Amino acid sequence: MKQLLEEILRDTPVVIDGAWGTQLQSLGLKPGECPDAWNETHPDLVEKVARGYVEAGSRIILTNTFGANRISLERHGLAGKAVSINRSGAEISRRAAGDRAYVFASIGPTGKMLMMGEVTEDDLREAFTEQASALTAGGAHAIVIETMSDLAEAKIAVAAAVATGLPVVASMVFDSGKNLDRTMMGTTPEQAAKELAEAGADVIGANCGRGIEAYEPVCKRLRAATSLPIWIKPNAGLPDVVGGRTVYHTKAGDFAQHVPAIVKAGAQFIGGCCGTGPEFIQEVVKVLK
Amino acid sequence: MEGLKELYDAIVTGNAKSAKALTENALAEGVDPQVLIDKYMIPAMDEVGRLFEANEYYVPELLISARAMKASLQLIRPLLTAKGSEPQGRVAIGTVKGDLHDIGKNLVSAMLEGGGFEVIDLGVDVPPEKFIAAIQEKKATVVAMSALLTTTMLSMKTTIDALQNAGVRNRVKIMIGGAAVTQRYADEIGADGFSDNANSAVALARRLVAAQA
Repeated sequence: MKQLLEEILRDTPVVIDGAWGTQLQSLGLKPGECPDAWNETHPDLVEKVARGYVEAGSRIILTNTFGANRISLERHGLAGKAVSINRSGAEISRRAAGDRAYVFASIGPTGKMLMMGEVTEDDLREAFTEQASALTAGGAHAIVIETMSDLAEAKIAVAAAVATGLPVVASMVFDSGKNLDRTMMGTTPEQAAKELAEAGADVIGANCGRGIEAYEPVCKRLRAATSLPIWIKPNAGLPDVVGGRTVYHTKAGDFAQHVPAIVKAGAQFIGGCCGTGPEFIQEVVKVLK
Repeated sequence: MEGLKELYDAIVTGNAKSAKALTENALAEGVDPQVLIDKYMIPAMDEVGRLFEANEYYVPELLISARAMKASLQLIRPLLTAKGSEPQGRVAIGTVKGDLHDIGKNLVSAMLEGGGFEVIDLGVDVPPEKFIAAIQEKKATVVAMSALLTTTMLSMKTTIDALQNAGVRNRVKIMIGGAAVTQRYADEIGADGFSDNANSAVALARRLVAAQA
């Protein structure tokens, strides 16, 4: 399966997709509603988001399964649906991708902290193993462990994903400390690169965070710390709520202006996180031509 | 008082076991519990806060120090209550209606407890009525609201409006926090303060309580 990664990397940089949550909201997802459940209740709208990215030029799209581990789903009373939600999430993205894009299935954090004793390592292992197997059964080409703040949780997720035999991307959020170069738990890019690689990740990344400006230095440090390919997916800056409406200040064109420097700093995969839509991906494709 | 510098160190380094044992010893030797808190424990948490601001400590270190502080406080609190002394303040905390994320809320709870506050944890997806009940029935003096999502941040405003309509808005100070919350938003919805991390939330709660007195 690692051949697949080599095949994709023959032509770099590889453009990934943008955000899903904010896109689903614009299609009617209510505040507090479980986005992942839409794989079963509104598969047509989820596919529309996926298709939007394929048409915008993404060579890799993710899946609407970021919060579909059973621990997160339990908050919505949907833990029992974990397998079917993940499986359908992967199937929807495969349908939208056709033969134009690869599907890297998304696994996000559980939202519970090991350190606080809210979950055990066994709970996490079980939840991620179930999710990774269901995504594989749904036809995912690879798995992306993303938006992780806690290295301990990330490593458990990576190990669970590696066990499927698919290629695994492991990506963390560096949004803390003076220079925005640590995770919330204090992990540096160097530590993350080393330990995620040891856990079996094939690609190391950074995503979400406080806006694309902070990414060039983080990318450089990841590049220096590992020989594995680098995956970068920044968001469109921090949102502001103005008069009851959510506004992201970074526009598609501004976002894309930062992309060449990030690629030069060593990123092979580049896309967007929260607040970025298909128009961002179009601009990124344009600027990389 | 030799052993007491060790209590300070135990809290700064987050050694709960040793903090508890040292507190037990000090109390057995007849040290005034209020002195323990004011001279050693609060200064220790202040040092922890300073290390966090200086980027020497991150969330894990904050948490283990708060845990050590809490272990000591659990021994001391009953003694203070018996003497008729109240905690610093009573905080009703919750993630607002529509939002199910609790990491930020739990971190702030842990730090507030470590800071000597009594914390009434209302959980996640908390409707305004529950905040109102905590003020009316449990005598909360501070309301702390959390929201991760920009869409659910709007529930903070709904909650403040509901407190106003229930006639309890003026009985409490309101503080808010969450990934996308800003001072501007706090001003816009009429909250008394905002904090962007669990450490400064404690300082904010202290300021708000002091302003109440």
